[in-house]
Amino acid sequence: MADLTARDIDRAGDSRSAYLALVRRRQTYSFLLLIVFVALMVSGFRIANDRNAGGFVDGLPQILDFPADVVSEAWRNAAELPGHFLAFLPALIETVNIAAVATLVGAIAAIVLALLSTRGLARWPRAIPLFRRIMDIMRAIPDIVIALILIFLMGVGPMPAVIAIAIHTAGALGKLFSEVAENADLKPVEGLQSVGARWLQQMYLGVLPQIAPNLLSYALLRFEINIRASAILGFVGAGGIGYELKNAITWGQGQFAESAAIFILLFATIVFFDQLSSAARHRLAHGKGAL
Amino acid sequence: MTDATASLAATDPRARAEAGIRRQRRIALAIPAAILLYLIYIFFAFDLPGLASRLRVDNMVTLVSDTWSYKTHVTRDNRSGDVEVAIEGERQGTYAEGAAPDWVTRDGDVTEIRLAPDHLAVFDGGQVRYDVPGYGLVTAEHDGRDIALDTPDGTVPDFISASGARVDITTHAGRVSLTRNRNEVFRYFAGWELFFFTLSSPYHGHAAGEILFGDRIDPDRSNIVGAWQDFWGNPMWRHADVAWALGETILMAFLGTMGAALVALPLGFAAARNFAPVLAIRFAVRRVFDFARGVDALIWTILLSRAFGPGPLTGTLAILLTDTGTFGKLFSETLENVDTRQIEGVRSTGAKPLQRYRFGVIPQITPVLLSQVLYLLESNTRSATIIGAITGGGIGLLLTQAIITQKDWEEVSYYIVLIVVMVILMDTVSGWLRNKLIRGD
Repeated sequence: MADLTARDIDRAGDSRSAYLALVRRRQTYSFLLLIVFVALMVSGFRIANDRNAGGFVDGLPQILDFPADVVSEAWRNAAELPGHFLAFLPALIETVNIAAVATLVGAIAAIVLALLSTRGLARWPRAIPLFRRIMDIMRAIPDIVIALILIFLMGVGPMPAVIAIAIHTAGALGKLFSEVAENADLKPVEGLQSVGARWLQQMYLGVLPQIAPNLLSYALLRFEINIRASAILGFVGAGGIGYELKNAITWGQGQFAESAAIFILLFATIVFFDQLSSAARHRLAHGKGAL
Repeated sequence: MTDATASLAATDPRARAEAGIRRQRRIALAIPAAILLYLIYIFFAFDLPGLASRLRVDNMVTLVSDTWSYKTHVTRDNRSGDVEVAIEGERQGTYAEGAAPDWVTRDGDVTEIRLAPDHLAVFDGGQVRYDVPGYGLVTAEHDGRDIALDTPDGTVPDFISASGARVDITTHAGRVSLTRNRNEVFRYFAGWELFFFTLSSPYHGHAAGEILFGDRIDPDRSNIVGAWQDFWGNPMWRHADVAWALGETILMAFLGTMGAALVALPLGFAAARNFAPVLAIRFAVRRVFDFARGVDALIWTILLSRAFGPGPLTGTLAILLTDTGTFGKLFSETLENVDTRQIEGVRSTGAKPLQRYRFGVIPQITPVLLSQVLYLLESNTRSATIIGAITGGGIGLLLTQAIITQKDWEEVSYYIVLIVVMVILMDTVSGWLRNKLIRGD
């Protein structure tokens, strides 16, 4: 019995020193990782600083100049602001419409793609990898690439932006939808199968009602993102409020009241739809009573 | 509904179920109907009927054909009578005097251009002859200000377009065009022209094996070094600049994301209910987050480029500011869901507050925060491309420039391929890292 205890103590000592060695090694690794990270950040910042037109140190004092100019000019012409708001409202509605249509079309395409690429639900199980790759590529191509090419092909207008955002949305939502659909209960599908329902009927009646709240919540989140994307694509030539902003900025001094009006409109719209969608998502997640 | 029917409906389960089904059916019909109405409104608001007339088919043809093929121009300047062979008609693709490709043979004032084994076009002084198989010999000649066209049957077939001052003959093998200033023949080849070496490089036209293992081609440099220098400095494709641009885009995404995470972490503590007891601070910090997110990358980019000028730094700061808002929100939500039992456990050993954070909180939240950071890094690689297009930096700038010039669509396709590869690569690396860090092996 006695030597057994001694061995136990020995073993405890062994494991203790092994544990401490492990901790030391982990600390060394973490420290090295930290050094690499800091070095990357510092050298990266210096490269970015060198390759920029104006340096960080020179630019920092000027950072408030432009906002100050815009605010002071807008303040002097404050009486014009409501008129500007009214004038840019159609462009704003166009931007929101672009985002809404793109989200709608993209989400519908995403549902189809997701159901076709979910194990257990797919119409053609062998084609699952194909549809997944299609979604990967749709997600990977930045919307600006598609939009610029479509602007070249169809001229300036909202359609290039709608198509570009819808493609990206279909890819991004498709992946999320497919994850939701994977967790769907298959019993309703089996029930429908047993009474001879076709694939489309099985999906529409058996799967969609189960996953609809989740899909809607993801789609709303995407809508927020798409409003921003739609404004940016407008800036590169797809119409809407972004295009007006670009014009106002290009005209420069004397048009700052217009720029200010657009800034305010855009900011208010983004915040408004963010709040709306987060309230709606909260309601979807926690039932009707909660708001 | 009267009280009687209401109470009946409430008591009779069948009537209740039927009412429920009726309501469901109304909703099931109303939603698609609303979507349809909205799409009809959009159909007219976005002027879709007019889209067909605005669609530019010729642009589409140029884009598609440029993407997979290139053309070599054989041009006769009608003023001087000089004949020049140039790939895509560009200066850097011009063949030196006497070094024309083997399908162009010159003999004094006569230039024979073989477009395909049985297609032969000839410049004979100012005259152009093209023997089209299955049709016959087409001759075109300058006649004062006009161009005289002579075809075997005396009519103008579909593949020839002729107006007084311009004649175009298009076949599957190539194109012949005559204008007052120049006579030109285009021959099409598959692929991207001069992708590795331009004509000025001694390595042009040599196979890879020859360069790697063969005799020294340029006496001054070893083959591998020289080939690399000429490839990297290729004046048409500018590989070095493109690589820099890709690096700049990734740099913007990396610096912006990591910077935002570093700024947002302490702020996230200040905005979390269980760590910041003072309501006023919490409220103020949260409004800062909302503001940073609401202003959005587009406006930040515009404001910042006024102060810092175009370049990667501006893009970095724009991403940093926007994502400070996003991270702040995510981090504070994560912190609010921290398990308090672990902190209690650390406290029971007599740990001071800072140690409680270090050993009670940080280990819990690290995997979650890291996964959020990596997720945003992925999405910011895309954003950095877009921001680069606005502020003038990285691959986004190259892409927009190439598209705006509307000339070198093969470069546009090249950039698109690079962007997609870059995005997929970043997604893969970050997915791999996420698994590695969270599973902890």
